Amino acid sequence: MAKRIDLKDVDIYYGAFHAVQNVNLTVTPRSVTAFIGPSGCGKSTVLRTLNRMHEEIAGARVDGEILLDGENIYDRNTDAVAVRRTIGMVFQMPNPFPTMSVRDNVVAGLKLQGVRDRKKLDEVCEASLRAANLWKEVKDRLDKPGGGLSGGQQQRLCIARAIAVEPDVLLMDEPCSALDPISTLAIEDLIADLKTEYTIVIVTHNMQQAARVSDQTGFFNLEATGKPGHLVEIDDTEKIFSNPTQQATEDYISGRFG
Amino acid sequence: MATATDSDLDRPAAEPSTRTISASRRFKDRASTVLVTLAFLIAVVPLIWVLVTVVARGAPAIVSATWWGNSLSGILPESFGGGVYHAIYGTLIQALIATLIAVPIGIGAAIYLVEYGRGPLARTTSFMVDILAGVPSIVAALFIFAAFISILGAPQSAFMVSLALVLLMLPVVIRNTEEMLRLVPDRLRESAYALGIPKWKTILRIVLPTAFSGTVTGVMLAIARIMGETAPVLVLVGYSRAINYDPFGGNMASLPLLMYSELANPEAAGSYRIWGAALTLIIIIMIFQVGASLLSRYSAIPK
Repeated sequence: MAKRIDLKDVDIYYGAFHAVQNVNLTVTPRSVTAFIGPSGCGKSTVLRTLNRMHEEIAGARVDGEILLDGENIYDRNTDAVAVRRTIGMVFQMPNPFPTMSVRDNVVAGLKLQGVRDRKKLDEVCEASLRAANLWKEVKDRLDKPGGGLSGGQQQRLCIARAIAVEPDVLLMDEPCSALDPISTLAIEDLIADLKTEYTIVIVTHNMQQAARVSDQTGFFNLEATGKPGHLVEIDDTEKIFSNPTQQATEDYISGRFG
Repeated sequence: MATATDSDLDRPAAEPSTRTISASRRFKDRASTVLVTLAFLIAVVPLIWVLVTVVARGAPAIVSATWWGNSLSGILPESFGGGVYHAIYGTLIQALIATLIAVPIGIGAAIYLVEYGRGPLARTTSFMVDILAGVPSIVAALFIFAAFISILGAPQSAFMVSLALVLLMLPVVIRNTEEMLRLVPDRLRESAYALGIPKWKTILRIVLPTAFSGTVTGVMLAIARIMGETAPVLVLVGYSRAINYDPFGGNMASLPLLMYSELANPEAAGSYRIWGAALTLIIIIMIFQVGASLLSRYSAIPK
């Protein structure tokens, strides 16, 4: 199920703007990889290239190879829709579909992929909500609009929605930055549960969060505004936070800049 | 700031500067209040005047027993009998046909412009929509006359009127739907893509339902607008005092056309019918506008 991701010499551009330069890294299955770094360093951009989401922005393109279990997702014959079925994503702002009930939100992916079997949908709905630690809170309001939940519940609803389509990899783009500390804790617990089954990549501005939830941490930086961002180093989280190889990493995590 | 000296501390407290308003500011405030109130009154007086006049003169006609159910077939010009059923039917059927044609094309074009349009084709389309929005209704009517009746030899009919109304309705529907689609946040589209949902399905099942209420409201307002159009019915169809259910052939009345033709009637019954038809048209248009605002209130997505 969980798959491995390799980035080889990845360069990302928005039109003429060189956003991210020469990234090489490996994400191992059933682990949590965190990307940290100052704003504008390209960590979200890198995350969005992992499921070909960045190409929704006009003019964006990628050089190099991104391999999912050895298969290049940027191969000419690869279908972006199929890639995104395998690699799910949770965004910064909770964004349940406003026209849909809680239940329909969770099974939206399956339903729109053509699954009609009511019994199966109900099963997946319950299983996904349980996996997202939300079942107990919403089981009596499955037919209420998804937008009526609290921010933290909405974000867990989005996670449930993402795992309902059974992806191999889950990308999270600052999933807690719009949430209060209690909801954040709920999501972090959830990440710890989910990594037994999924490969997780998370972008976060919160270094304590990276230290708490991740097994591996990558630090991105940029030399100056307008220059491309790059991966400074990636290593075991413990090593990055206790004894990083690069001076820039140490400066950043010890709060001397950024 | 310098440190306070003894003399500063001994000085009596002055009135805070925020309490006093200078005479000139007070004058400007009063003057602009008077001006905008006056502008409001000037704007609203003609409106009320028109409404009161139409209601006062039209009410006797529309409360008559035959007004809503009968046509003018066989009614003499000087007789006060008969009704405008034939014209109400004409107005509604012409608007309905125009809507059936304009709405799918308009929504399709808006989807193209918002979701797919890039480059010269989209820019040209958008520019053409702007041009179309500025076309006077008489020009739209004459164009249909030239293209369909003169060149293709089609007979004058209610359907021709509907075609002209399509031209008038299209830019309104396109622009409004475009606005509504742009209001759907991109993050909804992205989260649908992230679930492996293809783009066309995302548009059909996520974007359009989210924009539904505003789009329908816009369509209702566009319908309300075209129902009062007069130029197309003057140019493209003949007047009939009897009911004609066939939009593709024969003369057909509509409320504006009935009013125009009764202008030639010097009898008191003529102006009686004109005012009655005017009030009827206003009522029908108002039903659509109230319907639109109710719809947008009750089908809006709960936050």
